Amino acid sequence: MYLSTIRPHRTDAGPGRRWSVVGGNVLALGAVSLTTDVSAEMVSAVLPLYLVVGLHLSPVAYGLLDGLNGGATVLLRLAGGYAADRIGRRKAVAGLGYGLSAAARLGLLAAGHSAAAIGLVIGVDRAGKGLRTAPRDALITLSVPPHALGRAFGVHRTMDAVGAFAGPLVALAVLAVAGQAYDAVFVASFCVACLGLVLLLLFVRDHRGAGPSARAVPLRAAAGLLRLPALRRLFAAAVLLGLATVGDGFVYLLLQRREAVAVGWFPLLAVGTALAYLLLAAPLGALADRYGRLPVLLGGQAALGAVYLLLHGPLRGWPVIVLVLALHGLFYAATDGVLMALAGPVLPERLRTTGIALVQSGQALAYLASSVLFGLAWQAWGPATATRLAALGVLLALTATAPLLAGLHTRPGRAG
Amino acid sequence: MNRRILAALLSAVLLGSVAVGYTVLRARPAPAVDRAGITLDAPGLLLRDTRTGRLAVQDSGGERAGSALGCARLYAAAGTGVCLREGLASAQLVLLGSDLTERRSIPLNGVPSRARVSGSGRMVSWTVFVTGDSYNGGRFSTRSGILDTRTGTLAGNLENFTVDGRPPDPDANVWGVTFAVDDNRFYATLSTGGHRSLVRGDFAARDLHPLKDNVECPSLSPDGTRIAYKKALPNGGWRLTVLNLADLAETPLAETRSVDDQAAWLDDRTVAYGLPHSGTGADVWAVPADGTGTPRLLAADADSPAPLH
Repeated sequence: MYLSTIRPHRTDAGPGRRWSVVGGNVLALGAVSLTTDVSAEMVSAVLPLYLVVGLHLSPVAYGLLDGLNGGATVLLRLAGGYAADRIGRRKAVAGLGYGLSAAARLGLLAAGHSAAAIGLVIGVDRAGKGLRTAPRDALITLSVPPHALGRAFGVHRTMDAVGAFAGPLVALAVLAVAGQAYDAVFVASFCVACLGLVLLLLFVRDHRGAGPSARAVPLRAAAGLLRLPALRRLFAAAVLLGLATVGDGFVYLLLQRREAVAVGWFPLLAVGTALAYLLLAAPLGALADRYGRLPVLLGGQAALGAVYLLLHGPLRGWPVIVLVLALHGLFYAATDGVLMALAGPVLPERLRTTGIALVQSGQALAYLASSVLFGLAWQAWGPATATRLAALGVLLALTATAPLLAGLHTRPGRAG
Repeated sequence: MNRRILAALLSAVLLGSVAVGYTVLRARPAPAVDRAGITLDAPGLLLRDTRTGRLAVQDSGGERAGSALGCARLYAAAGTGVCLREGLASAQLVLLGSDLTERRSIPLNGVPSRARVSGSGRMVSWTVFVTGDSYNGGRFSTRSGILDTRTGTLAGNLENFTVDGRPPDPDANVWGVTFAVDDNRFYATLSTGGHRSLVRGDFAARDLHPLKDNVECPSLSPDGTRIAYKKALPNGGWRLTVLNLADLAETPLAETRSVDDQAAWLDDRTVAYGLPHSGTGADVWAVPADGTGTPRLLAADADSPAPLH
């Protein structure tokens, strides 16, 4: 409903045109993310079925494939971020990432039965995702005036989420027509990914540095980012945010166990969070532009703390399920894009992609660590204590984040 | 701008035609139902046709009769059939009468993996593979359940059973159930703390008792004396092996290819199993249960074998 009011190529932020300031480039990037996510989620939705029922690969082999994540992707994300800054071509690096993921769709067809080849193809797909995220977010920060970054990321994340939503439905439609032919899903997914690439090439404008000085960023300068107080604060805040977030799967699993949600409904729990995220990302982005990004970010963390407390709180039945999923979606809507909107303006333009990659990597690694820690706490003390500890962790992260980020210029220069 | 929009539209039309064209071309016509009136009572071999993903029955002459019933995993005994129906996000267990009518259905969360019916047709079990996002750190987990079709008692998750009287570790996984003749005892694989072991279960007592390490996907012989299973090899493959329950002696079978399946006993001397072939799909093979002989092809383009008597 917000998208219809967006008029590209306007930069005035009059009261009636609050959304027009988001601009054509962000819409183009949003459209690329939307199509790419349709393509990616089509494959994610059918991959387990394809591997187990189609190829007769065992769960063990699948578990190995599934475990291929983490470290390598983080390194690639950093390398991609730096490369984009060094050659001053963010669109090219993002395009390479989108291209790799598109190629991986056909790779699934070529891999056939080999678990090793399938693992490689999934690795290529993740590498593509790792490469493109930071340059894309850097491009968003360079495409809109700083005071509108909250809305820009809100609109982008909404479009992204719409794609993730539609992907499984498209896969379902393809399978309904093609019967057991999983390869039809991969071919269709490849075509959708190519369309995303075409949209990127045609409509996304790169934001090249102003002069030759912006090119050829030496590695030393990138390392110097770490001495930048603003980046250190952002990095620490991102790590805290990651540490406070235990795996989504835990939240759904605890909800299902406690409320005895029928197993057939289990997949819908994730859909509930995604729906809340989709609906709230743009409004919360606007709220962040108007009243400051830090309060919105902290509010999101508070919502996460409430989620953990509710998982073993006094409330029972459907109200707690709806409330938990809504707050969980609100947490993501209030933190994911908002953190990037906070980061963008305080990072030097010629090192912005590297900086964003650093912040995102810190958050991702901390998230992995906290999921492992939560799993251990669950085993040692049971789910009730573990969730209360997680809520305490959120409270600690929140109190540390507030002074960390208060030093940044979070209040936009002019409110929409 | 107009030229770019035109280029984008042309690309969309072109890519859309490729996607739709490929999908439509891959669509197979609904399989001709060779013979109406398939039953689970008549002798034969119950199969899942991997070209169509539908239930079929092969008679002793090798003639196959297809049905319109789509399943990801199948089993049947004594007129009770079980069909694990696949779905994108969740699956369904469908309990079949001998004329393939649906008697009951249970929603499952995960990808269908194993299914079994006790020799009397009373007890039904299933295993699904839970892909769950990453709550267990990217490792796979399975969920197995048992339904007593006579009393309606449903144990939706065998991880809730005790192990020698104590609750199992939270990381416990159970898969590959096979029933003893008394319709109470059963065998299965229990994985916990990195160990995979054969357990003997007691449905009434809701308890599991570990018997032996490194035994996966057990299948009890009709006479109840031996268990056919897949034995993990150091190279990552599996060797189809038979375990004698009296003295725990192991006999590797003549099948040297890696078999990742829960075998089905055709009689007390022969086991059948699915083996994937190139592309998607599999073939059903059979091999003597005493380690002699050579594997023989029972049915091409099929998996999920179950003998019908």
